[in-house]
Amino acid sequence: MSRTTYREALRQGLREALARDPRVFLMGEDVGRYGGTYAVSKGLLEEFGEQRIRDTPLSELAFVAAGIGAALGGLRPIVEVMTVNFSLLALDPLMNTAATLRHMSGGQFSVPLVVRMATGAGRQLAAQHSHSLEGWYAHIPGLRILAPATLEDARGMLWPALQDPDPMLLFEHGALYNLEGELDEREVVDIHSARVRRAGTDLTLIAYGGTLGKALSAAEQLAGEGISAEVLDLRVLRPLDDATILASVRRTRRALVVDEGWRSGSLSAEIIARIVEQAFYDLDAPPARVCSLEVPIPYAKHLEEAALPQVPGIVAAAKGLLG
Amino acid sequence: MIAPVPYPQDFALGLLHDMLRIRRLEERAAELYGEGKIRGFLHLYIGEEAVAVGALHALAADDAVVATYREHGHALLQGVPMNAIMAEMYGRQAGCSHGRGGSMHLFDARTRFFGGNAIVAGGLPLAVGLALAERMLGGNRLTACFFGEGALAEGAAAESLNLAALWQLPVLFCCENNLYAMGTALARSQAQTDLCAKVQAFGVPARSVDGMDVVAVHEATRAAVEQVHAGHCPCFLEFRTYRFRAHSMFDPELYRDKAEVEEWKKRGPIHSYSAQLKAQGLLDEPGFLALEAEAAAEVEAAVAFAEAASLEPVETLMNDVYTPERSP
Repeated sequence: MSRTTYREALRQGLREALARDPRVFLMGEDVGRYGGTYAVSKGLLEEFGEQRIRDTPLSELAFVAAGIGAALGGLRPIVEVMTVNFSLLALDPLMNTAATLRHMSGGQFSVPLVVRMATGAGRQLAAQHSHSLEGWYAHIPGLRILAPATLEDARGMLWPALQDPDPMLLFEHGALYNLEGELDEREVVDIHSARVRRAGTDLTLIAYGGTLGKALSAAEQLAGEGISAEVLDLRVLRPLDDATILASVRRTRRALVVDEGWRSGSLSAEIIARIVEQAFYDLDAPPARVCSLEVPIPYAKHLEEAALPQVPGIVAAAKGLLG
Repeated sequence: MIAPVPYPQDFALGLLHDMLRIRRLEERAAELYGEGKIRGFLHLYIGEEAVAVGALHALAADDAVVATYREHGHALLQGVPMNAIMAEMYGRQAGCSHGRGGSMHLFDARTRFFGGNAIVAGGLPLAVGLALAERMLGGNRLTACFFGEGALAEGAAAESLNLAALWQLPVLFCCENNLYAMGTALARSQAQTDLCAKVQAFGVPARSVDGMDVVAVHEATRAAVEQVHAGHCPCFLEFRTYRFRAHSMFDPELYRDKAEVEEWKKRGPIHSYSAQLKAQGLLDEPGFLALEAEAAAEVEAAVAFAEAASLEPVETLMNDVYTPERSP
């Protein structure tokens, strides 16, 4: 165990990957001299040099697509996109090339690319830096979507992601970078399963990324009121780990999804649909969800807080489920 | 008339033969489209053959090629078997993309043919990435990227040209300027119609070439390949060419005069090149007919192959959305 932050854990994962495999390199805006927009890659330029820590122009489309090309050419690129909002400039190569190439070529070309980006709100960055669009990406066959919410996952998801031959999108919630705690270096990290972060018997809170901490806080409050909430961390948003989700919900018979994405056509909708399709007769109450309000995320602190899932809202929704 | 052909007879006739192979393949594909054997979009390269033939004969066999949705000729010249191309257009299992791609998405890992990209300008940044990998892995192969002049209106092209120049990557950008982006003439869509000037502004050396003259294309490409290797830099060639047929099989061609098409046809690359070969005594009419017959026979064999090829079983539909775990 060692004391560290989510940011440092990500950097540790990057450093280990760069040291282990000479084909791995990092590119993106300000990853080198600036040290990374969120300081994740600070110091790596000095350690690994300009060839492997590449500052790019402000050309999201080209450097993401060049990452695809470099992956086809035999490298293992890690592409950093500053925020998920900017990744929309690269939606074409991600959707039309990375996700399609293997199938469209009849299985000839895999794309072993990892794209990291910040997602989510909570830092008063307003409507062009704060959205949670990972649910959109989770819609796309051919991509794998990861959402590390713990120090262990921040450090440990990158290496197995690089070992995977298919394109992998890794979403780092912006509010987590300063998360501090004890990192368990012995924990084995996979990129396939959801995980129970707190065991409980009365209902399951299903969360990921930036909402995991809020769900855990809500569970703690609920415990004080005699309600035993299980907290499930999705970790992998595509493909969803149905088995673990359903096993938990069948046990607790109640499900509440906490998703910072918008409600309509969302990841939360997909999860609830799967629960209803597969575990309808095991439920004691209709599944429920706490999502962001359907508004562009505003700047002012009190407005932003009101737009996002918050602990009191989660607690109230949980109590509502228990009647 | 075009310039004298400076090549030995074998090579000179090889260029003609390859243009005929592409022409005949596509004429037959158009017929098969009419018969309903080939569906989806079918974009014909007829009129532009001198570009693919002249350029690809200047590349090394292991150079990478990235092309567009008008890529039958490039695939064929890069070494994708005609049988596999025809079977792909038929949507058959023996197709080079197992029936997943069709006419617009021919792929072949063996010959380093990276598609078959139907997003205009989508191939440029991909080529930049392939060249980046080659540079970082210490290789010496270049990446040739074909695209139309319409691609230069896309942000992806501007970003890619900048990135290739900034990182001095071995990309040969081959612009097939056939004057129309689908139905929109160059001057109606780009304020700067001097494409070389536009590209030079990014710091990429650029040159304009008569794309109807296979010799001019070949010589310019050879020089550009040398420049890429010697200068460790990208290079851009504008091939001025013309599409004789419609954009796709759905195009009624309302946007250009028939007289303009006829005028360009007079400069048809096969016609003018074979006339020059005859003038130089490198070819006679029976020789021409023999080459044509050989191309036609290859095409008919490919049609027979595709007709006989089996359909990909529906049970395999979901294969290759992800890589099977056994693969490295």
